[in-house]
Amino acid sequence: MGNVLVWVVWFLAAGGCLASGIAVVSVTNPFFSALALIGNLASLAVLYLLLAAEFLAAAQVLVYAGAVMVMFLFVVAYLGGRADAPWAGGPPLVRTAAVVAAAALLVEVLVVLGLAWGDSLQEPANVSDSFGSPAEIGELFLTDHLLAFEITSIVLLVAAIGGVVLGTTPEKEADG
Amino acid sequence: MSGPDVGWYLIVAALLFGIGALGVMMRRSPLIVLLSLEIMLNAANLTLIAFARQQGDLAGQIFALSVMAVAAAEVAIGLGLIVAMARRRLVLDVDQASALRG
Repeated sequence: MGNVLVWVVWFLAAGGCLASGIAVVSVTNPFFSALALIGNLASLAVLYLLLAAEFLAAAQVLVYAGAVMVMFLFVVAYLGGRADAPWAGGPPLVRTAAVVAAAALLVEVLVVLGLAWGDSLQEPANVSDSFGSPAEIGELFLTDHLLAFEITSIVLLVAAIGGVVLGTTPEKEADG
Repeated sequence: MSGPDVGWYLIVAALLFGIGALGVMMRRSPLIVLLSLEIMLNAANLTLIAFARQQGDLAGQIFALSVMAVAAAEVAIGLGLIVAMARRRLVLDVDQASALRG
């Protein structure tokens, strides 16, 4: 019975994920596009929970659906009508090539999956209940992956400084 | 592991990656290109977490967390660029923003 419930949750989350993903790339108003991405991120967090990644699911909702998307919505609001993204334009050849390239990527991944399907994909490892908990992630981050942790902080610092530099008014440069 | 095998998660990730790639290549608004990039990054994250669960190895989740941090940095810079483009009265169209100038 519990197994059926997991499948139902999985179908809802995966369906919501794909539907909101299609909405993100097809809607013309960036505001709705950003809202659809929040739905996408939330349903992905459900999939993360099913994969025993509790901490990442929480981080996904807090960092992505919270902080990043709020910043995004602020920029869309700042741009106002200029942010509208109509579908029109672009030579048909380019659009056809884009569809073909995306389909090729998809087929490539699915073929690789199909080749590996029978072998190792069917036997997931047995993991303890604490797999993916904040305690285990934190311990790994501060022992085995300390360098990656520190480099991540530098990347975020550089990005923050870059955001400030890009956001300063261009008029000042012209005066000097 | 009750419920779907890891392969099903990988199929969802592949479809999401295809959708995101289509968005990056088809749309011309830099805002929507950024959002589509986020979809692609999240598809990669889903793959990493699915394999972490399947191998019973938390390194995949650590990697996914790092990808999240890089994605946040990327959005900060990308939005900064878009605001800078808007302030200089450039057209918000990735096809027309083809020249780099100081």
